[in-house]
Amino acid sequence: MWTFAFKRLLSGAVTIWFIATATFFAMHAVPGDPLTRDKAMSPAVRAQLEQRYGLDKPLVTQYRLFLGNMLKGDFGISFTQENRRVNDIIREHFPVSAMLGITALLIAFIGAVAAGSIAAQFRGQWPDRLLMMAVVAAISVPGFVIAAVAQLLIVQLNNRLGQPLIPVAGWGGFSHLWVPALVLGLGTMAYLSRLMRASMLEVTNSEYILAARAKGAYGWRLFWSHQLRNALLPVVTELGPAIAALTTGGFVVELIFAIPGLGRYFVQAVQQLDYTVIMGTTVFYGAFLVIMVVAVDIAYGLIDPRIRYSRGR
Amino acid sequence: MKMSLSYDLFRPYSLSTTYPLAGDGACSGNGPESVELPLAMPSPSLSRSGKLAGVAIVLLLVFVFIGPLVWQQDPSRQWLSQISMGPSASNSARLVDNDSLWQPRGEVQTAVVHSANTEFVRLQWPAVEGVHAYQVFRNFAEQSGLGIPLAVSRVAYYQDELQLAETRYRYTVKAEGSDKVLAEWEVTPEPAMSRFEAQLQGLPEQSGRVILPAHPLGTDALGRDILARLMAGGRTSLMVGLIAPCLFIAFGCLYGALAGIAGGWLDNVAMRVVDFVIALPFLLFMILLRVAFGIGPGEDGVFPLILAMVMMSWTGSARLIRGQVLSLSQQPYVEAARLAGMGRLQIIVRHMLPNVLPMILVSFSFAVPSAIFTEAFLSFIGLGVAPPSTSWGAQCNDGIKTLLSHPQQMLLPAAMISIAVLAFNTLGDALRDAGDSRLRELS
Repeated sequence: MWTFAFKRLLSGAVTIWFIATATFFAMHAVPGDPLTRDKAMSPAVRAQLEQRYGLDKPLVTQYRLFLGNMLKGDFGISFTQENRRVNDIIREHFPVSAMLGITALLIAFIGAVAAGSIAAQFRGQWPDRLLMMAVVAAISVPGFVIAAVAQLLIVQLNNRLGQPLIPVAGWGGFSHLWVPALVLGLGTMAYLSRLMRASMLEVTNSEYILAARAKGAYGWRLFWSHQLRNALLPVVTELGPAIAALTTGGFVVELIFAIPGLGRYFVQAVQQLDYTVIMGTTVFYGAFLVIMVVAVDIAYGLIDPRIRYSRGR
Repeated sequence: MKMSLSYDLFRPYSLSTTYPLAGDGACSGNGPESVELPLAMPSPSLSRSGKLAGVAIVLLLVFVFIGPLVWQQDPSRQWLSQISMGPSASNSARLVDNDSLWQPRGEVQTAVVHSANTEFVRLQWPAVEGVHAYQVFRNFAEQSGLGIPLAVSRVAYYQDELQLAETRYRYTVKAEGSDKVLAEWEVTPEPAMSRFEAQLQGLPEQSGRVILPAHPLGTDALGRDILARLMAGGRTSLMVGLIAPCLFIAFGCLYGALAGIAGGWLDNVAMRVVDFVIALPFLLFMILLRVAFGIGPGEDGVFPLILAMVMMSWTGSARLIRGQVLSLSQQPYVEAARLAGMGRLQIIVRHMLPNVLPMILVSFSFAVPSAIFTEAFLSFIGLGVAPPSTSWGAQCNDGIKTLLSHPQQMLLPAAMISIAVLAFNTLGDALRDAGDSRLRELS
């Protein structure tokens, strides 16, 4: 077990290094640089700024410094928001994205389990067909369209009522959170619903369910302690990639609902060529995803020895 | 001669015409001992929804490629006088001379409308002693209330040039600081175009009027024809959506096949590279690469977009094909072919390719919608194609600014994206279900 965990951790660390390197060189291949502003800059000022950000050093030295600082957990200072540290930006805005992502995941998971179970129970009947049509629709419509339409509907609703029932945009309590989270989770929910339905059908037709029926289990008891538990397993294994999809897929929802999350800052930073913020955010997100995947892998290894052996090699 | 005979003996195994059902011993007598399978590629009939999706895709392609031949409006031409219009038929408009410094001649005794057209509405009312400023309001005739305050005027006349449409308006004039209504009009502006714009657009004048083209789906916030833009945008979206998957699947297949055939440490290294590329956060790196490649002046940005997509997406098919090559090379008919003296290349072309082709086809039809999605996403956050080129995603980005007042400007391109994605997804599902059971593993 320990060798398995160690190997996973090591490959995770190498992956993070690879992400950092790829980001660094992709960023330095960009034409233009973040010091190019609207206003002309005197060479002296420019030289001083370049020195401050370390842009005057050779690329290899910059790379070494970047890696060294990254190991210390320091991503440097933002180019466009002067005197603001990238670490502070991440610390301030990542919890917002994480909150949104986790809520979206919860909504998606609960919704998918419910929808998948219902569809499987009523296989071929109208609830099944209706749900599966909704699933196909949710997969086919881009997230930003769903977000924009949701916002339009909220505005219409608030207009009808004559008072703001649901906030249209912004960030605050739960009232601000649930609509963006629902919109963000919808695609994942659709995907997981399909999976849940398939897995539920497989379980329902299995022999141990027949055995449970023969022993007298029926109704809720059969569903709860025999079908659901077994059907959940494949869905749970998909939660790792789902976390990845939700944390990086939050950009658009954050942009449209004006939520001060990290994704919105990333898009802004890219548009303004803010080197340090882009590199810091990418490495942070990448590391976060890798750690998630590794953690999920190790957890599976603990639960299921078969995985330990097949993936440990 | 003997060699070729033994080869022929094994041929039915790879491109089978008949083969025994698995476990048919248990159910012998209940059904046929073997099933008829078509030669070469499995091409059983598609499900009904699959055929429907195919028709939809053909219609979409006709719309974006043949459509512009029928509907010949320039998608980037701006009609300043026709901004954010709803659907309209061909219309004639009166030519008027716009003059922001208009002044009436003399005073009037009653409230007068000097002219009312979509370029300007000129109002004049009798001056009132002791009032030094008038407030002018405008509202739609069917709505109650004063509506929007247009201006505070020190003189007893006003020219309204603010986004006039061909609907009935009610104007109200009050003295500033009092509630007394001094004058009220109900006015329906007639369609008009300024002489300057008509010259700019090169419209031929016919006895003081010009013919305006029809806009079956209306115009966007810059006065561009939405139908023409949907066609032009769809060309970009579908081209990116079809070309990028072609390229990355071709590259991935080549890479995976080479790795699988080479084997040993080369294969190991090649697969480590795949592992790393898969670990990169997809959207983050799409954005990053897209920026890294940049757009030069005058370029539309489609090429860097496709390049970034190829760099990030080839890994899936590389893994798939490598796995297939490895498992296929263990198959008895491949070994038989090898024993029969076929060369590597021959085995690949004759035996392996026909077996992986359906798989490549299915993964292609699943790659198309995700490529369309990615392009739409990037264009939506402003990192996709650069104007004047357009795509459905870019049009959604334009449309979201006017979502509350003119939702169709966003919903139409969004609907096109959804239809295209739905069609390709359904086709992929149908192809997968029509193919053999190995394909079911593909999502």
